[in-house]
Amino acid sequence: MTLPPSGPASFLPRARLQALIDALHERGYRVVGPVPRDGAVVYDELHRVEELPLGFRETQAPGSYRIEATASGLAFDVVNGPGSLKPFFFAPRESLLQITLDDTSFHAEETIPTPPPTAFIGVRACDLAALRAQDRIFLRDRYPDPYYAARRRDALLVAVNCTRSAATCFCASLQTGPEATAGFDLALTEQGDGFLVRAGSDTGREIAAALALGPAPPERVADERDRLNACADGMQRRLDTSDLPELLYANLEHPRWEEVAQRCLSCSNCTLVCPTCFCHDERDEPSPDGLRSLRVREWDSCFNREHAQIHGTNFRPKIAHRYRQWLVHKLASWIDQFGSSGCVGCGRCISWCPVGIDLTEEVEAIRGTQT
Amino acid sequence: MNPLVPQPAEIVEKRSFGREIHAYRLRLKDAEARPRFDFQPGQFNMVYAPGVGEVAISISSDPEEETIEHTIRIVGRTTRVIDRYGVGDVLGIRGPYGSCWPLQEARWKDLVVVTGGLGCAPVSGAIDYVFRRRANYGHVTILHGVKKSTDLIHRERFEAWRRHPDTTVLLTSDQPERHWRDRTGVVTELFDEVEFDPTRTLLLMCGPEVMLRYAADLLGRRGLPEDRMYVSIERNMKCAVGLCGHCQLGPSFVCKDGPIFRLSAIRRFFAARHL
Repeated sequence: MTLPPSGPASFLPRARLQALIDALHERGYRVVGPVPRDGAVVYDELHRVEELPLGFRETQAPGSYRIEATASGLAFDVVNGPGSLKPFFFAPRESLLQITLDDTSFHAEETIPTPPPTAFIGVRACDLAALRAQDRIFLRDRYPDPYYAARRRDALLVAVNCTRSAATCFCASLQTGPEATAGFDLALTEQGDGFLVRAGSDTGREIAAALALGPAPPERVADERDRLNACADGMQRRLDTSDLPELLYANLEHPRWEEVAQRCLSCSNCTLVCPTCFCHDERDEPSPDGLRSLRVREWDSCFNREHAQIHGTNFRPKIAHRYRQWLVHKLASWIDQFGSSGCVGCGRCISWCPVGIDLTEEVEAIRGTQT
Repeated sequence: MNPLVPQPAEIVEKRSFGREIHAYRLRLKDAEARPRFDFQPGQFNMVYAPGVGEVAISISSDPEEETIEHTIRIVGRTTRVIDRYGVGDVLGIRGPYGSCWPLQEARWKDLVVVTGGLGCAPVSGAIDYVFRRRANYGHVTILHGVKKSTDLIHRERFEAWRRHPDTTVLLTSDQPERHWRDRTGVVTELFDEVEFDPTRTLLLMCGPEVMLRYAADLLGRRGLPEDRMYVSIERNMKCAVGLCGHCQLGPSFVCKDGPIFRLSAIRRFFAARHL
């Protein structure tokens, strides 16, 4: 697989990475990036280069994720962790309405958040694709969501292209990576002693210009192309999407759903780490004095037993039904609903599944034994 | 405008059908919002019990009426609170949401309406709509089945419909009590008594999904094409605007693509159990 060359690149020496972070701060952004914490790499606020997972590298496999320190000194060698950008825009729990109750009526006030403008650095191509998927859902449907919109509006995205994939990655199959091709303000490719930098927006160009970077020499760009191509070609996992969504629609009664349900714990880990899953609950939380009620939105999961439950009926009573809902939605009906796959190939659901269920394997099993 | 904000609506009338079912007539408190509330039969509102929660309830009144009627069955946590509400109390509503019955497409055609179970509220508003515009529609056949004969509510409504010209109304119970004078059996058994011209008939159905599937199958075999069969589907709903994910049926969000579906549009997903 050969990736198309991207726009003109400049070069940021490793010693000046802090200058990029400082430039973001100076423009008024809170800066969020990958940081090592509790044995994994997660997105969190940072101020100094030293807070990045310098020298860390992770090993991922079905049901397994480990980070370890190496002497590489690389800032972005960990491909991903359990956290995506999702919680920063689609909050795990937030209030929607503050409702005042009195004896005769009620009054509902929106509680639209006012987050600080935030710059995200180290964002992988798969997570940018996931953000596009969430934007489609929350911003470009019939009723744009004002809560998501308020968080998304001032976000600045500094992508990092992947020159290494985890064993669980399969973005190449979904054409969402390993190179960030759209949806970023700046994109970096890490090399031993620095970063190739490309701008993807006017703001990105301004920031790059302020850093007064020199153009990247052709041999650096050639090296970058080689690494990106090697990363795409060397990806261990594949997902054949050529016959989706029809393959899954035609196999809604396949015995594999019962088989995977023997292993699936219905724990909802996959939906929590998934950067695109958007199911949520909405409920009232009244104050003890009965004078106020908070309408709360909180992440839900199609693996939860109550997800499809109404009075006296549960439309998906068994784990087999719920796993089928998740996979068919993610890989098939999502395409009908929103025009693209709900899967971006980040592999998180594979690594963070406590029993190591691998969706690419499940699709292959169904394809191999169609009923 | 934020679609998630409920509007206060005062209960101006409450009629009860047994202990479990009440019809509430609501008037929006905000006079300016009243003319803007425009719906079609089959659409629903999220009805809010202040401080408790919301439930998706179809609108059972006529679009030309000034007030909005919801027929609510007391079955869960939120409706048990609504049960205690009476005239003068204030509920919240937001909506209308979802698709409507094909009452424009049905003009000049015959209608077969098949309903089952305790409530036929999602379709009764459509039937009233048709009879208020009786000259625009052909023969109307209404088939309604209940399990126990005591489950029948709104008998007076069926009797009123029966008095319209060119109209057939048949009621059945598969566990009738002694005084029951209508048919005995399940609603699909009534099909044997009914003549219809499959080339000029639209089917409207609402009830348990097992019944819907079986009825569609039987009527399909009698030549009625699936693109003229319409079903009202029920699913868990929280947001009603296609965001919360609960109401999915294959590629459809029941809240925004439904709750009324042309059967041919959802056939393979409706046929799969527990999807």
